[in-house]
Amino acid sequence: MNVPDYTPALVVAIPLLGAFLTPLVSRIHDKVRNGFVIVVLALNAFLIGLLASDVFTNGIKTYVFGGAQDITLPIVRILFEVDGMSMFMAVISAILVLVAVIYSWAFMKENTGLDKYYTLILLMTAGMLGMELTGDMFNFFVFLEITSISSCALIAFWTHKGESVDAGFKYIVISAIAALFVLFAVGLLYAQYDALNIAMLANVLEYTFLDKIALVLLVVALTMKAGIVPMHMWLPDAYGRAPSSVTVALVGVTLASLYGVFRVCFTLYGNVLSKITKQIDFLGNPLTVTVNGTLGFVIILLAIITILFGVIMALRQIDFKRLIAFAAVAELGYMFLGIGTGIAAMGTKHGMTALTGGIFHIINDAVDVGLLFLVAGAIYYATKELSLNHLGGLARNMKYTSIFFIIGLLAVAGMPPMNGFASKLIIYQSTYQLNPILAIIAILSSILLLAVFVKVFYSAFMGPALPKFKAVKEVPRSMLLAMGIFAAIIIVFGFFPQLIVENIVQPAANALLGYTDYITHVIGGI
Amino acid sequence: MFPFETLLETLKTGSGFWNPLIWITAIVVAFLIMYILRGFGKKEYKEKTDQTQSFLSGNPEYEKEQMHIKSSNMYWGFTESLKWVYDVLFRMHTGDVSDYVLWFVIVMAFLFILIGVI
Repeated sequence: MNVPDYTPALVVAIPLLGAFLTPLVSRIHDKVRNGFVIVVLALNAFLIGLLASDVFTNGIKTYVFGGAQDITLPIVRILFEVDGMSMFMAVISAILVLVAVIYSWAFMKENTGLDKYYTLILLMTAGMLGMELTGDMFNFFVFLEITSISSCALIAFWTHKGESVDAGFKYIVISAIAALFVLFAVGLLYAQYDALNIAMLANVLEYTFLDKIALVLLVVALTMKAGIVPMHMWLPDAYGRAPSSVTVALVGVTLASLYGVFRVCFTLYGNVLSKITKQIDFLGNPLTVTVNGTLGFVIILLAIITILFGVIMALRQIDFKRLIAFAAVAELGYMFLGIGTGIAAMGTKHGMTALTGGIFHIINDAVDVGLLFLVAGAIYYATKELSLNHLGGLARNMKYTSIFFIIGLLAVAGMPPMNGFASKLIIYQSTYQLNPILAIIAILSSILLLAVFVKVFYSAFMGPALPKFKAVKEVPRSMLLAMGIFAAIIIVFGFFPQLIVENIVQPAANALLGYTDYITHVIGGI
Repeated sequence: MFPFETLLETLKTGSGFWNPLIWITAIVVAFLIMYILRGFGKKEYKEKTDQTQSFLSGNPEYEKEQMHIKSSNMYWGFTESLKWVYDVLFRMHTGDVSDYVLWFVIVMAFLFILIGVI
């Protein structure tokens, strides 16, 4: 299906405009405001769906801001360049934010200042969609900042809780440092090539000393924002202390940063990294190494550390949300394991399969972890308690929430027939072909992850009915609906994995590898 | 939108395949077999008799609320044997934002060296 050329701009403009209108609509009535925000995000999700269908079928789409759509040298105008990977990430963001807002209807009902809350959610949405759709490095930085500032305010939204404010402070420090280094890297590139457009930069990049510095700055800053070990420590604080609805949206923000890493490694530097080889002296023997191969193995190393750290730390957590946050860190490791194997074994069949598995796991992780955070929020809503030591027997009072937790548990632990199993199986098999030890660690960690959530299930839902939770009731319907949407996605993705891989994941993987298409779509048009 | 056949397609996983529908069919068949086998069992179980009482080596049974195992007591053996790992990990997670930035600097330095070498 063909959509109008301005649709990429529209999907960022709609939440942005919605954000500024929300305080005004809020003056009419709270329910009108809530409904307005849901309609705005549902409309946006619909447009993203149409745009995704168009991009997956017809290829890259560009939108040039500021008048005529023709591109002239030098490219000084901002443009959005939307390929399969951008749309894949945009679909994830749209789903996460829409579900978060539906959940917020009842979950945040008792809070004051909700006009600001919804404004910030919409700003955050505009920011992360902007990061995913832009074809301009400086524009990417601007959207990164919009996302960071709105996220920080949302993490600290429960200002009456010192821990939330503390988590918000840590997040803004980390985000400010990351953004500063991204800006510095953009400056280094601009100073050399007089360009900010990603396609144009990718075309002229020479891998100079300054380019190497820019690469390191971009990769480290964005991986820190993505929560890779050992730069993950802000993540359990932020995920654990923010309201659950915000945490779900934050998962999207984290993944937007992950997308930034992919865009830098595969597109911006894709042209040079795939070609450069170097002879180094290794213990007296000459050794030929490729930058891509080395980068791939570094990513794999970080991925394995991330998986192990995440799982081992999750096992000892008592706080329900911090436990899920550490599990989310481990899940990030699985994505990086797939992507890293894809880079290290680029050009081989198992390399391509690993990349597909890694990308498939991004969307699976988003819904799996998202569902678990919503369940944690539901338990907090019903009991005002998040310590697993104080919970118990809740399956009696919260039947639907318990079922949703079981679905999330099986999915995140990679148990068949849930979606997490399909993507993890692809990752296991492809990493096994690169090095069996990697696959063994990944499988053992998955078993540990299952043990972690079995512990949670027993602690929170099983056991005798505790007198203090006698009056606990099931959560309101809007919260159940939000959890139900995620659960339905998990089941559909789990039952029909080939359908998802073929229609959504493969175009994203092809887009990541097809950096020449990304470049020629802009440069070739001149 | 999608032809029905595409829903039944098998996922190629590199060196293998995965089809959840076949898996579910196999599980359903396995449960059916289990159910049939269960039918051959002895029917001597009597509800609400001493057969259903817990026997804790002659000790009195606690109230049910007291029998619930707390989360922090679970996997005690596992976490105890990995105590040295947890000591290191907890020492790393100080909660101090300055330390978070320090790790950022360390990783950046590592990558600078690596990229410098190659």
